[in-house]
Amino acid sequence: MPLSYFLVLSAIMFTVGVLGVILRRNALVIFMSLELMFNAANLVFVTFASYYQILTGQIFVFFVMAVAAAEVAVGLALMVAIFRTKHSIDIDQMSSLKG
Amino acid sequence: MPVIGTIFYAFLAIVAVGTAFGMLINRNAIYSALFLVLNFATVAVLYLALGAPFIALSQITVYAGAIMVLFLFVITLLGAEKLPGYEPIKGHRLVAIGLAIVFIAELVLFFFFRNQVAGPIPLIGPEFASPRNIGVLMFTEYLLPFEVVAFILLSATVGAIMLTKPERKVTTKLSQQQD
Repeated sequence: MPLSYFLVLSAIMFTVGVLGVILRRNALVIFMSLELMFNAANLVFVTFASYYQILTGQIFVFFVMAVAAAEVAVGLALMVAIFRTKHSIDIDQMSSLKG
Repeated sequence: MPVIGTIFYAFLAIVAVGTAFGMLINRNAIYSALFLVLNFATVAVLYLALGAPFIALSQITVYAGAIMVLFLFVITLLGAEKLPGYEPIKGHRLVAIGLAIVFIAELVLFFFFRNQVAGPIPLIGPEFASPRNIGVLMFTEYLLPFEVVAFILLSATVGAIMLTKPERKVTTKLSQQQD
């Protein structure tokens, strides 16, 4: 399979993730879009790891997964804390810093 | 490339892109999460096809298994699966979709002009990314990043516990001191 197939698929998935961050107002869905972008980047890492026959790309994917898991744990805890004070996770409601 | 391979890869691409759009469009956050699980499973199959079985299985266990279950728990805990639908900024969606089309055109053009000489991905034996090879590389050359990641995970766990812990009643303590 040509290299460009995986690269274009990854580009489309990354763009859908960016669109989700811009368009959606539910903070949880924005987090899911972030995961989708991580996934697109991981796909490129694995693709180039097999293309150049170097294992380092796959090791890096492992680290990205671990850091993403940590990020999700802290992010969801923040969501729960925000929901306790604001009773909503609508992004537009979180405008306390607006001047 | 035989026909069956083309059908296989086209099917995977359609499912991956379709579930990504399903996650984006669906109003209900639970359906979004389930679409994302299917997307992760499809990408895991792509990893298998690329000769990365260890990464594919950790994708299933970590992403589809752990992270998305955490998402579903928080969605049901907060009861926040639906938000009232309105558009806060006028023309927000149209501008966003236009920018996304520009962005994807840039990415695809870059990939095509950058990788013009790139051929197909070479066939890979099962020994290349075996768990043994990955483990040897991870515990020799990448030992320090591995330990750092372990520390990041520990601090994230402590942070998550601290953030969701119910606040202590400071006022009662002060009143007790006054007594």
